[in-house]
Amino acid sequence: MADRLFVQGNEAVAWGAVSAGCEAFFGYPITPQNEITEWFAREFPRMGRVFLQSQSETGSINMLHGAAACGVRAMTSTSGPGWGLMQEGMSNLANAELPCVVVLVQRGGPGAGTTRHAQMDYASATHGGGAGGYRNIVLAPASVQELHDFMPLAFHLADKYRNPVVVLSDAILGQMAEPLERKQLEFEPLPPKDWAVLGKAHHADGKRRGISIGQGFIPNPDFPTYLSFIDHLDKKTKQMRQDEVRFEALNVESARLILVAYGSMARACQGAMEMARAEGLDVGMLRPITLWPFPSQAIRRNIREGVQFLVVEDSLGQMVEDVETAVGERAPVHFLGMLARHEPREMGMIFPDRILEKIKEICRK
Amino acid sequence: MNGESREGLALFGGVLGVPPKALKSPLPASRERGDTGGERTSDHMQRQLVAGRPDAWMRLEFNPIPTCPGCQEPTATRAVLDVLEEMGMEGEAILVPGVGCHSLIPFMLDLDHVMSAHGRPPDLASAIKRVLGRGAADRALPLVFTLQGDGDCIAIGAGSLVNAAARSENITVLMLNNVNYGTTGGQMSPTTPLGHATSTTPGGRTPDYGYPVRVPEMLATFQGVAYAARGAVNTPANYQKTRAYIKKAFQTQMAGRGLSMVEVLCSCPPDWHMTPLNSLKWIEAHIIPQFPLGEFKGP
Amino acid sequence: MTDIGVKKELVAGRPDLWLRMENNPIPSCPGCHEPTAMRAILEALEELDAVGDAVMVVGVGCSFAFQSMVDLDYLVCAHGRPPDGASAVKRVLKGDHVVFTIQGDGDCIAIGAGALINAAARAEKITIFMLNNANYGTTGGQLAPTTPLGHVTSTTPGGRTPAHGYPVRVPELLATFQGVAYTARGAMNSPANYQKTKGYIKKAFAAQRVSLGLSFVEMLCACPPNWHMTPLDSLKWLEQTVIPQFPLGEFKDVQGASGKTQEATR
Repeated sequence: MADRLFVQGNEAVAWGAVSAGCEAFFGYPITPQNEITEWFAREFPRMGRVFLQSQSETGSINMLHGAAACGVRAMTSTSGPGWGLMQEGMSNLANAELPCVVVLVQRGGPGAGTTRHAQMDYASATHGGGAGGYRNIVLAPASVQELHDFMPLAFHLADKYRNPVVVLSDAILGQMAEPLERKQLEFEPLPPKDWAVLGKAHHADGKRRGISIGQGFIPNPDFPTYLSFIDHLDKKTKQMRQDEVRFEALNVESARLILVAYGSMARACQGAMEMARAEGLDVGMLRPITLWPFPSQAIRRNIREGVQFLVVEDSLGQMVEDVETAVGERAPVHFLGMLARHEPREMGMIFPDRILEKIKEICRK
Repeated sequence: MNGESREGLALFGGVLGVPPKALKSPLPASRERGDTGGERTSDHMQRQLVAGRPDAWMRLEFNPIPTCPGCQEPTATRAVLDVLEEMGMEGEAILVPGVGCHSLIPFMLDLDHVMSAHGRPPDLASAIKRVLGRGAADRALPLVFTLQGDGDCIAIGAGSLVNAAARSENITVLMLNNVNYGTTGGQMSPTTPLGHATSTTPGGRTPDYGYPVRVPEMLATFQGVAYAARGAVNTPANYQKTRAYIKKAFQTQMAGRGLSMVEVLCSCPPDWHMTPLNSLKWIEAHIIPQFPLGEFKGP
Repeated sequence: MTDIGVKKELVAGRPDLWLRMENNPIPSCPGCHEPTAMRAILEALEELDAVGDAVMVVGVGCSFAFQSMVDLDYLVCAHGRPPDGASAVKRVLKGDHVVFTIQGDGDCIAIGAGALINAAARAEKITIFMLNNANYGTTGGQLAPTTPLGHVTSTTPGGRTPAHGYPVRVPELLATFQGVAYTARGAMNSPANYQKTKGYIKKAFAAQRVSLGLSFVEMLCACPPNWHMTPLDSLKWLEQTVIPQFPLGEFKDVQGASGKTQEATR
């Protein structure tokens, strides 16, 4: 098999999942992620792995729940409206401490919105939309290569913390094609999944295994009370905040203006940054790779006298609230959102030259 | 303990007879002390000896049977355990409970289990069967079955159930039908019989709220459903018949023939505002006429 | 409009309820039967003189587009939820309204199975129209619960096999519910079937008008682009492969419904 491919982002997700050893995929048709579901429908049966089309996204997330409980690496993919239906499942997976991966290819909302691109699921992906009290890591790739590479990473982090992980793509990343280098990524070894449900006869110790969504509710030997379970979640959350923050910083050390963007908008911003620097403007860029835990420290470290921030998102502003929280009153935070698209129909986009215009407007002041 | 419930227990114990394993393994000494705590022993011991208890019931100190007096969900579960024991399948069984009174039961059972969100056990069970069973050409093992209430199964979970049937999933669905939402205080469910008073139909269910859903009859119309039956556990004879239905359902799954489903009518005395004995009479007089017992599809 | 266009209008006619807005051409693919099915519904409404009382509840799928084409009051629900929306509309409006849903097969019996089954269980006095094109047309032709065995879709590239389950027959399924008054399955592939289906639609509306219970009509529709066939081949495929697995006819007609239909039609 060729090591270099020229593929769509959606297909790169699938190759990444295969290299991560994903054993089961469950999905429901929804634009703009159909290529992912169809790829698994075509390839997984041939590989002897499990593909099952569900009756709804509610079905998908609960099938994921079942498969993850068997100790295999399992995933689903969806877009905004389906993500809404999956919230119940995300909360349950967090309580049951089941590792799995959800690829969320964002489209425009609210409601049915549009099947075209937008970045409008940031808030529900990073802050949780199901029954409250859980957090999950959100990875934000910005290229076809990263869509591939973040799949093994996502599975690794899911297994490491026994918690669902979201890979937040969007319609632009999913539909665009770029060269992809297929490679096997290595991670630290993890303990075997001794907790997996297989049938009592299949455990070395002969003792039953149970996976509950009522941990803390129904006492068990690990968590005799509600707060003992909540304390456990707290430790897990703190460890994720401490160890798993990822970001990319470009030219931020001396920059007067720092662009903050993720996913496809980070690509547009990188173009704008290069155009600005060619014109002699001191512009840098900070790209959060984990949207949760959010790289607040990295932002705070770059607050200096005279520095300003410009957040660019293909929405009316969601991540900008996290940037404002990190910055506080110590520097101005500007925002450029989807109303800056080049034309009003749903295919309109925020192009680098529009961002450059905003950069100049800020720098002139 | 009043006379009536004692009578109910005698009825229960007398007819169930003595399962073989219960005689072979009476209570361990430590359990007897821990379980009975002194005084009420003689009566309690007798009941144990007469009625027996499947090995898969766990006797954990913090896990007494968590249901209300007169509830028949443990009785229905016991029928399941009897069948598993008879088939020697405890080690291959994976139980997927939903949310409701029955979701407490798996904590007491010495079986592998995965608790599901409300209404979603068929989704989980489908995935478990397809993930773990793909090695086996005949898709026989593991033996995956759901344990759901009526609300879980056909109200909030109707979509999951219907589509598992449409996909002809090789799993068994067990629906414990107590004709109301027991856990939350006895509200109307899709299976509430006409005339039955609940906390959301205080004047009794009328056709304005629709008619009770007959799930095995409905599932029998699916090409992918291999077995569908309805039993009750209100009399010894019905208990034995229900046990046979459950066994056939498990055998259907192990033969890889498609989805199998058994509904079991259960009494819910606290929410029906009846004594346990009156509940049994109510099942006989008012529920079974609207929910006929028997097999609706099968070999 | 050209001469030929005028002639077509004169021969075939067009229900007054189709909106003729310039920015609203029929948004379906060539050979799609969904506008044909919608037309049968509109004709039935006109013939029953129920246009002013009608509320249309639309799901998500290709039929989503009808919201902009039909001169009726309408409500658009989330994917699969029109029976929920329609139940509430019917119960809240109380009057002599004719509330109907228009849904695809995926909308109706995959993602919306829970909503449909429970509307039937509650014996809602609404009418459900399921346009069955045997796949998910909007998203590129994936497997649906109603895909016939052997039919190739983008998620069953080798054709549907029993490993993916068997096609669901919704009118037969709903006929087992006590609260369901009328169920039928029609097709749009020939003039005779079109007329029969229109008869089913009128009976379904009539059952609703006399508050007998839920009424349901499935309509088999061609989907040439996703079936990868010409419109003409699609018609043949419908006749030869789909109809044998989805028999046409009435599956439940509660005693008296037909008589009352006559009455209500007047």
